[in-house]
Amino acid sequence: MSFRAHVRVMPRGSLLDPQGQAVEHALAALGFAEAAGVRVGRAIELEVAAASRAEAEARVRQMCDKLLANPVTEDYLVEVKEA
Amino acid sequence: MPKVAVVRFPGSNCDFDTLRAAERAGTNAFFVWHHDTSLQDADIVLLPGGFSYGDYLRSGAIARFSPIMQAVQRHAAEGGPVLGICNGFQILCEAHLLPGALMRNAGLTFVSKPVDVVVERSDTVFTSAYAPGTRLRLPVAHGDGRFVAAEDTLRMLEAEGRVVLRYVPASEASPLQPNPNGSANHIAGICNAAGTVVGIMPHPERIADALLGAPDGLGFFASLAAWRPRAPTLNLPSR
Repeated sequence: MSFRAHVRVMPRGSLLDPQGQAVEHALAALGFAEAAGVRVGRAIELEVAAASRAEAEARVRQMCDKLLANPVTEDYLVEVKEA
Repeated sequence: MPKVAVVRFPGSNCDFDTLRAAERAGTNAFFVWHHDTSLQDADIVLLPGGFSYGDYLRSGAIARFSPIMQAVQRHAAEGGPVLGICNGFQILCEAHLLPGALMRNAGLTFVSKPVDVVVERSDTVFTSAYAPGTRLRLPVAHGDGRFVAAEDTLRMLEAEGRVVLRYVPASEASPLQPNPNGSANHIAGICNAAGTVVGIMPHPERIADALLGAPDGLGFFASLAAWRPRAPTLNLPSR
């Protein structure tokens, strides 16, 4: 079966996110003063062939641990849907 | 003279400077390519600066999985010396040969300028030519140089004296702005527990020639050129 995975990689909450801060300042300058707590991460989409949804998700989590996210600085969220 | 392998990745751009500095210090230095699987019996491995694999995903994240890095992992595991400069430092962290990670500079801009650092460890393969506490003025050129690590990792690095280079703190007189990237504890370079694997953000290879003025970076190459592997222990049959 084929699955479509969405991976969201975000800088860990406890770490300084200068990109998020810069975007927040830019939003304020554009008149969006209500925007707060902006953080910038990365989205990755991929197709995975697997026997089940659970297997696909387990494999994508391994990909995150090995390459897609840095365990020292980032957290990730995995969402898997049938393609 | 020691045999020194300078690893070239697609996107390395300090490879020639690094090779030349190692050669001029009196080593037999040569390039190895990222697709190679052998370090050609090198005694010492240098990972030069640049933008390996275009810094895709994260700086050093892809380079870590190149074939030559399996050989570098084995070399390091056997106690072989490895120095990572700038992108090389990022690769060593991604490869878990050094703890922590190098994140986007706190100021978000690419920083290219000389900075003042203190040599805090002078008993590594790469810093033995310096007296402890020596101040150096070395160029930095990076966008991802902010060293971060978990609190307990930072405490361990400090307790074990594994900070090799530190940016001169703002409180001390220095004509140059301190800490160019917001790194934790003003860390500019660290080593592994054995002191054999060293990663630094500044570029000593860019200031290792008298033609360029005070050759503050020369000591790194003089240090590694003076290094001799320990003689192998003889395994005599016991009687």
